[in-house]
Amino acid sequence: MKEQRFVREISESKRRILILSFVVGGIFFLLLLRLWHLQILSVDDYRNMSESNRLRFVPVAASRGAIMDRNGTVLVSNQPSFSLAVVPQEVENKDELLDHLATLLGMDRAELSERWEKGKGRAKYYPIILASNISRDQVEIVEENHLRLPGVEIEMKPVREYASGVLAAHLLGYIGEISEDELSAKGFEEYNPGDYLGKNGIERSWEKELHGNDGGRQLEVDARGRVLRTISESYPTVGNSVVLTIDARIQKQAEKAFGDQAGAAVAMDVNTGEVLAFVSNPGFDPALFSGKMPADTWKEYLDDKRHPLENKALTGQYPPGSTFKIITALAGLEDGKIDGNTSVNCNGSYELGTSTFKCWNKHGHGVTNLKKSLRESCDVYFYQLGERLGVDRIAAMAKRFMLGSPMGIGLAHEKAGLIPTAEWKLKRFGKRWLHGETVPVSIGQGYVLMTPIQLVSMIATVANEGNVYRPYLVKRIVDADGRPLREFKPELMGTTGISADKFKLVKQGLFAVVNEPGGTGGAARLSDVHVAGKTGSSQVVKLRDSKQATPYQYRDHALFVAFAPYEKPEIAVAVIVEHGEHGGSAAAPIAGRILRAWFDSKKPPKKEPARRLKNQDEEGTDEEAEPPAKQQGVNEEKADD
Amino acid sequence: MIDRRLLTNIDWMLIGLMTAICLLGIMNIYSATTPYKIVGAPYYLKQFYWVLFGLLVVTVICSFDYHILEDFSYWFYGFLIILLVAVLVVGRRSMGATRWLSLGFFNVQPSELMKVVIIATFAKYFTNVQTVNGLSVKDVLFPLGILAVPVLLIMKQPDLGTAVLVLLIALSLAVYVGLRWSTVVTFALVMVPMLWLGWAKLLRPYQKNRILDFLNPERSRLGSGYHIIQSKIAVGSGGVFGKGFVKGTQSQLRFLPEQHTDFAFSVFAEEWGFIGCLVLIVLYLVLVLWGLNIARRCNDRFGSLLAVGVTAMLFWHIVINMGMVIGLFPVVGVPLPFFSYGGTSMITSMVGIGILQNISMRRFMF
Repeated sequence: MKEQRFVREISESKRRILILSFVVGGIFFLLLLRLWHLQILSVDDYRNMSESNRLRFVPVAASRGAIMDRNGTVLVSNQPSFSLAVVPQEVENKDELLDHLATLLGMDRAELSERWEKGKGRAKYYPIILASNISRDQVEIVEENHLRLPGVEIEMKPVREYASGVLAAHLLGYIGEISEDELSAKGFEEYNPGDYLGKNGIERSWEKELHGNDGGRQLEVDARGRVLRTISESYPTVGNSVVLTIDARIQKQAEKAFGDQAGAAVAMDVNTGEVLAFVSNPGFDPALFSGKMPADTWKEYLDDKRHPLENKALTGQYPPGSTFKIITALAGLEDGKIDGNTSVNCNGSYELGTSTFKCWNKHGHGVTNLKKSLRESCDVYFYQLGERLGVDRIAAMAKRFMLGSPMGIGLAHEKAGLIPTAEWKLKRFGKRWLHGETVPVSIGQGYVLMTPIQLVSMIATVANEGNVYRPYLVKRIVDADGRPLREFKPELMGTTGISADKFKLVKQGLFAVVNEPGGTGGAARLSDVHVAGKTGSSQVVKLRDSKQATPYQYRDHALFVAFAPYEKPEIAVAVIVEHGEHGGSAAAPIAGRILRAWFDSKKPPKKEPARRLKNQDEEGTDEEAEPPAKQQGVNEEKADD
Repeated sequence: MIDRRLLTNIDWMLIGLMTAICLLGIMNIYSATTPYKIVGAPYYLKQFYWVLFGLLVVTVICSFDYHILEDFSYWFYGFLIILLVAVLVVGRRSMGATRWLSLGFFNVQPSELMKVVIIATFAKYFTNVQTVNGLSVKDVLFPLGILAVPVLLIMKQPDLGTAVLVLLIALSLAVYVGLRWSTVVTFALVMVPMLWLGWAKLLRPYQKNRILDFLNPERSRLGSGYHIIQSKIAVGSGGVFGKGFVKGTQSQLRFLPEQHTDFAFSVFAEEWGFIGCLVLIVLYLVLVLWGLNIARRCNDRFGSLLAVGVTAMLFWHIVINMGMVIGLFPVVGVPLPFFSYGGTSMITSMVGIGILQNISMRRFMF
């Protein structure tokens, strides 16, 4: 029985093998049929496609557009850089050629062969770069000896040159090789590996304009990949140039004014929003980012406590300190809580519940009205005002100035700052707003954060009495020949809706800050132009009063916002000196120098008599254009809040 | 162990077919890698050494009676499962997949060995199954479990090509043993939702893309569709007689990727045309039929199953690789036996030939 089954299985499996053989044969036949279809029926189509594969496309990189300041001064341009390349398959005797090159050009023979070895893994028709950035003399020698150097080519590629060194490094940004992520990202379809593009600042934001279009040559190659002839050639189109609103002279003075101090400054045209200077100090050398960055320089940048790689003007969010009193004051005026005569008695501190809030002047300011409170930066006045207003009314006023969200200056990563409200706290921390928390907010401490861009916008809005212009950096785009392509116009983001007389009251206070005895911002005073401003200093950490020197990173930030001329404002400026401690002594002088540079740039060589502003004052309208007579200096020590 | 009777029974047909294909392969690798010659790596020489090493493997395998495979197949199976798990835990990563296990001086790819081991395991199992009316659903449940574990582990690596091959080899054996219609229908009903699930959950996006690109190569001309398009151009432009040795413009200009490994056949088709392909395909066809013939002549059920399994392994490699190169199948990265460049593939194929030779030599030993 078992035997029988075995035999039956054997014969059954033999039958199956036969069937499988036919199946196998059938499938192989299908393969042949397909090959027949490809190789015999469609051979002509595929031959054609194969022929067109013989055309090789060699891209030619476009030259990047330049970046200029508002007066046409070139800040970033391109410099051609030459490299020595060799196409291996055209070289008959490698050693002979390398010997030859070494002696002709005075190069290191060992280095040449090292470069050669490195390029060996690729196709033979693909040029190997033997030396990059060779001199023009060397280029000429190669050209002269062209016939004796088969396979040797000179490749030219444009290299970014930063005419002004580290000037405005954060604003301009730098370029670098395209990354893997960028290559696969949307919007970068046109780019190839190895391409350079803007990585930061203007270089990045205006990449599409600056980049230009790569050209290329269609070459016919033979079966060995040798170039037979050029079929067609498309020339690269040079990128467009970007003309900034920046004035290089002011920018330079501003950077100089910072010296070694860390911080940011933004200067803006109060009537347009054009940014005239955009400083983040210390800067860096953008050329190092597009070329080779020495490891120790990189480490130096990273280790520097002043964070040179951070764009403080764009991403720095600081408590505005007393400069925020402008907002609190306007909120009080608008809400009818105060007028120009409302007075408060400051005895050096303010009690609210169980807490005591100190004024920066522990002796107290005595009877203080709005103007005096701004001039001497009396904290108690604003504590009381803030407490009466409540946080949401202060925030509402800040919102009218478009604070608390990015200004849209046109650079990536701009920060929003922060204007706290009761609702915000509930959402963020799940806790109710406490009455006592409004008190520090009213003097720009607590949760309030502003960027330097917002600071300058705030003071500009005060200067022009209510118009919030979007700060912008690019004036126009021009083509390679300098013909304008696009012009950018001022953009009014909104108005505050506050009446001029209320602004006047605040502005009088700001005038007093700079020009009156007891004012905290005297260091920003100019001899021939009336400056108005507000000092500030913002706590970095709360420290117990101690007589020891505070370590650098715990010192207060120094702030100063200003506009000028007082009578007919043109320019606004905001300065932050990180850990500079006192706005009046650290930030105000820098603001003064920036304003000085602006007025100097406006009226070239001819010297004007300093008394000129007398006339201007008379032209100015009635009431408070003429600075009021000096008030008694409440305290004689150098005032800075 | 080796007596004279064995030597007189050497299957010269098998050796001859294999050697002929290997020589064509070496010649083709020489041509396919001329553009790389600047690198100074003579691929064709390396391939030649692999062939020699492979012949040594064949000899070693023949010196043992293949029946020891029947005794040890489950042990091999268990050992390989451990290796497959080890690969996932400590394997070497390359190109996004973990397939290799480093044994210090050389690397092994357990999934490759699994192809042979699954044949032996299935052969052993089916040897002892009553199959007068074909396999019932119940009969296939156990082998299905045996199969699922390694297939899932291999897919996890992920190595879709090998996983599919292991599946196909096992399926071929089941078909050879015989399946009841009820079994086939039941599985068809179960497989449809399973396939849908597998597509939705198991496949990596790039694997889905490969399949979609295969269905419509124009979908990504520079992505995975590029391989298929370039390969078809190479094959098609070969015409009847081909462009001649080392004269294929597609391959010589390096438009073809991986031309000496998975796409070696496309270089061959371009340079030797339809005539060359005909010769190669006939060689493979005869090899596969000869393998089936060995199974037919073998009067021992285990040997016959083993021979069918090994033949199926070679057959599916050939069909999938050629089908992929000429645009019939998706690009799954399956080498052409004895032809594509690569040591692992060569050794696996040679192990197969060793087993076939072993069975063929001992057919009179009963």
